[in-house]
Amino acid sequence: MTQLPVADAIARAHHEEWARVVAGLARRFGDLDLAEEAAAEAFVAAVERWPHDGVPPSPGGWLTTTARRKAIDRLRRESHREAKHQAAQMLSDHAPPEPTGPVEDDRLRLLFTCCHPALSMEARVALTLRLLGGLTVAEIAHAFLVPETTMAQRITRAKAKIRAAHIPYRVPSATDLHERLTGVLAVVYLVFNEGYLASTGDDPLRADLTDEAIRLGRLLRSLLPDDGEVTGLLALMLLTDARRAARVSQTGELVTLDEQDRGAWDRPLIAEGHALVRERLAAVAASGEPPGRYQLLAAINAVHTDARSARDTDWSQIVTLYNRLMALDPSPIVRLNRAIAVAELDGPDLALAQVDRLTESLEGYHAFHASRADLLRRLGRSAESRTAYDRAIQLTGNPAERAYLARRRDQLVRS
Amino acid sequence: MPRYLLSVFGPTERPELGGYASKEAMLESFADTGAFNDMLEREGHFVFADGLEPAATATTVDGQGDKPVITDGPYLEAKEQLGGFWVIEAADLDEALALAAEGSRACRGTVEVRPFHTEESVKALLDS
Repeated sequence: MTQLPVADAIARAHHEEWARVVAGLARRFGDLDLAEEAAAEAFVAAVERWPHDGVPPSPGGWLTTTARRKAIDRLRRESHREAKHQAAQMLSDHAPPEPTGPVEDDRLRLLFTCCHPALSMEARVALTLRLLGGLTVAEIAHAFLVPETTMAQRITRAKAKIRAAHIPYRVPSATDLHERLTGVLAVVYLVFNEGYLASTGDDPLRADLTDEAIRLGRLLRSLLPDDGEVTGLLALMLLTDARRAARVSQTGELVTLDEQDRGAWDRPLIAEGHALVRERLAAVAASGEPPGRYQLLAAINAVHTDARSARDTDWSQIVTLYNRLMALDPSPIVRLNRAIAVAELDGPDLALAQVDRLTESLEGYHAFHASRADLLRRLGRSAESRTAYDRAIQLTGNPAERAYLARRRDQLVRS
Repeated sequence: MPRYLLSVFGPTERPELGGYASKEAMLESFADTGAFNDMLEREGHFVFADGLEPAATATTVDGQGDKPVITDGPYLEAKEQLGGFWVIEAADLDEALALAAEGSRACRGTVEVRPFHTEESVKALLDS
């Protein structure tokens, strides 16, 4: 019935249905372990059966039904009376599923459970990638460069805490929603950033992580289309990821925004990101509700991706957006990024003075020294610039960035 | 309903006035904590709550041998010790955390929230 090769159909079903299957089972059985295991078994069954039986007309429906049967089988196999009793009850449970509106989607509940503030950030990331992203424990371990046993233990412990501490499986109340959603977005953005500028390891970019973060961002937007920050984060990730191909040179060196081949940018992604930013601009104008940080960062990236060359960039617009961001989040990193834009608008000496004021808080941050090095270079202060490049090279864990900084430093010596 | 232990820790050597800036500040905190306890009772969360004498008044007993071994002082040597606690019932961790935040504000201390065993978790332990 389908022309797609079966393997493609399975991969697609895994992308599209995994989170839904896990989330549905989690609500029905109230047990994340059981949900995860039964969902995994259902996909194994699909791999075994679809090549012979053909891809079912509704892969999602087939997977849901199969996973539910697997879960009930599991409960039956378990020896203790309580579980048998429970399973028997579930077998005869023909009650219709709980009414679900767009906000009550099971996947949204699962996301809020996985990103609960009572869990460590590492655990939130791992659980979200496993239970919503469907990545295997081995894949997550590889992405974060920890042994598989460590990652497996991290996930097991987090699930045990969810169970023992009674972390609820529910979308938070309206009063808590905004704050809790900020936590969910932070997890997604962390996954994206780790993929976009890997902090350790040999790969400068990890497309598996950026792709997964964007997929989670799209899921969030489909579930909460009216939330400005959800849309802002998706736009930000799309506009950043659009530059991926131009970001690392063929020799494995990081290419900064001003030196990137803009012809290599992904135009459809940019168009999609720009459309989302325009949607938010209109919504903000209509409601008067001020944009949050992801919307402002998306807008900044929209200005960058709008310019045909680095020279055409509307720097005054970018500084204005950073000013608004600083009003929300006056953190040293935001101030550093603003100063870099100030250098383009008002010159490197003014920017350097602003950057130098951040020394105390950002001494251990590679981008602080890289920015200083660049400003000092532009001011002709070569010796100081060299020291700053050395420090930045020492601090960065990303191989492409190290290669780029080393070249800039060595050019300095010749000049 | 799940039960939680809300513990409040404080310096092992208790400063004068229990660390409060003044006697008024201390009385104010006691009054706030009292009001919080009343609320817990009213809303059906209260199981038990009390404050403890300083850790120096504790005695540790090990009765596993032939004769009990009695030692002066708390089980763990630490700069901070348990100073008081609540046992509450709450629907889930979100509710327990919200109550802990209120209790923390009332008693002017950081609160640790820890779930008790449940019938199911004990069963799972026995089956494992």
